Amino acid sequence: MGGIKPTRSERIFDAANIVFLIFLSLMFVIPFLAVLSTSFISAEESMRRGAFVLIPERLDFTAYDVLLNRGKIILNAYQVTLFRVIVGTFLNLLFTSMLAYGLARRSLPGRNGLVLFIFLTMIFQGGLIPNYMLMDTLGLKDTLWVLIFPSLVSAWNLFILRNFFMGLPEELEESAVIDGATPQLILFKIVIPLSMPAMATIGLFYAVHHWNDWFGASIYINDINKMPIQVIMRNILLTGITQNEAQLEYVRNPPPAATLKSAVIIISTLPILFVYPFLQKYFVKGVMVGSIKG
Amino acid sequence: MELKAATVSPPESKKKSRWPAVKKHRFYYYLILPGLLYFLIFDYVPMFGVIISFKDISPFEGVRGILTGEWVGFDHFVRFFQSYYFWNVLRNTFLISFYNLLFGFPAAIVLALLMNELKNGLFKRFVQTVSYLPHFISTVVVAGLIMMMLSTDNGLLNAIIVFFGGEPILFLGEPKYFRSILVVSHVWQTVGWGTILYLAAMAGIDPGLYEAAKIDGANRLRQAWHITLPGISHVIVIMLILSIGGLLNAGFEKVLLLYSPAVYEVADIIDTYVYREGLTSLNYSFATAVGLFKNLLAMTLILGANYFAKRMNQTGIW
Repeated sequence: MGGIKPTRSERIFDAANIVFLIFLSLMFVIPFLAVLSTSFISAEESMRRGAFVLIPERLDFTAYDVLLNRGKIILNAYQVTLFRVIVGTFLNLLFTSMLAYGLARRSLPGRNGLVLFIFLTMIFQGGLIPNYMLMDTLGLKDTLWVLIFPSLVSAWNLFILRNFFMGLPEELEESAVIDGATPQLILFKIVIPLSMPAMATIGLFYAVHHWNDWFGASIYINDINKMPIQVIMRNILLTGITQNEAQLEYVRNPPPAATLKSAVIIISTLPILFVYPFLQKYFVKGVMVGSIKG
Repeated sequence: MELKAATVSPPESKKKSRWPAVKKHRFYYYLILPGLLYFLIFDYVPMFGVIISFKDISPFEGVRGILTGEWVGFDHFVRFFQSYYFWNVLRNTFLISFYNLLFGFPAAIVLALLMNELKNGLFKRFVQTVSYLPHFISTVVVAGLIMMMLSTDNGLLNAIIVFFGGEPILFLGEPKYFRSILVVSHVWQTVGWGTILYLAAMAGIDPGLYEAAKIDGANRLRQAWHITLPGISHVIVIMLILSIGGLLNAGFEKVLLLYSPAVYEVADIIDTYVYREGLTSLNYSFATAVGLFKNLLAMTLILGANYFAKRMNQTGIW
């Protein structure tokens, strides 16, 4: 460090800082660990030891068995969620990038008016009931499309992507035009390959939204077969039972409510927990891009 | 088809001379058309739907009510302003979001400063990864974790209280704890993610400044105070102004997932009130009026915040 040795007080500070940040990190992890351990507590152990059990004596998988193997509700909800993550994110990217690319064209007549048209939706919204009535009128209620269409383009992501397109060097396109390339060719051969990293970042934000969204599905979907995992999880967290009561009869020692609730949290969160550390840098990049004004 | 493209661009006096330019851009108009239709249908139609807040419509009539419903002017607004709920939900909305800001905002700055002091890159990345985590967890899971931690029969917190000889507390049913639970969990959810921009700004500070300060004998605290903080002050100011625009967003979903009639007096916010009036009691017109009131207030805050941001920095968010 520039030849200057850390003083005693600096070393104390460094040590204290590390201790504090370890403690803080625990604060972020403990709730998940507590839920994980609760999800393995059997009915018998819960009765015997009562209260909160930090480390289960034996890993009891009954709750997972009940949720995943007896009855199709969870698996079905997972399918619904996967559908909206995959199809939804694809459509999000398609609509957002087309709009962003068109609006990134500086010479487009009427461009400022169109940008204002979209910008206004960021500062004023109709609110809950007009939206609800719209979904009703369009016949989207209780369909899987209600999970996708109402949030097809996020104005925020749109402007991030538009800024990215506007930042592409104009010479690239000019030289392509001189070589006789059509706008379509320029889009597919030059712009799309160049924007893959930006699209990936935006796509990740959309995908996380689809995975985590609960409210929209909770008000628009009544058919249990079309409920995504977040809605099913909420119902289990609220009632402490799966909605497969018929199947529960076959379980000799049904898991306690807390165990079942913990298990459903783990089941619905595990994919994100596994994938997230690898994708973290893309998310961080997305925040930085969004903060730069174009 | 050209006609469609022409209607998209706003008519202007020199429209005629623009025709060739519009035609030339046909391809780009086709590209943006689906997206514009999306905004028209899913944003502008509900925007004009707020008209029902000036009418009396019943949910059973469906959209026909928008045309047939009786015009009542500002009746719903007056009823809201005069009701007991008005001050209650307004106070709760402001208090919850104000406390969120009061504790959440500085927390991210302090955490960023502490992370910035770490010399071990691996440990720093670990703290970052772990602290960003709550940002990716759904509100349902966050609410679930809170309910599990605070549960009276096997929650971790009550287990600790009982271990030290206390009585289990029904935290989520106690008005005096409810807001604190919201605020603490808000800080837990946002503090890590909030450090990203500050850490980026800190990385951009000239290392020479620290070298010079060291030679002048400044310790770490003084370096943080005199170099790091001024170095990120522009980010702090912008973030603070921007958060004023969100002062009415008290975390609707989390409140909805956690509250109960026992804590309505401290927990009920404008959004939850709109939700109950609209979707539970089916008072469509009244709920829309309350929602419109909130949206107008929020719009004023956002525009005001951006105006200040522009004056401070010469660059708004837009």
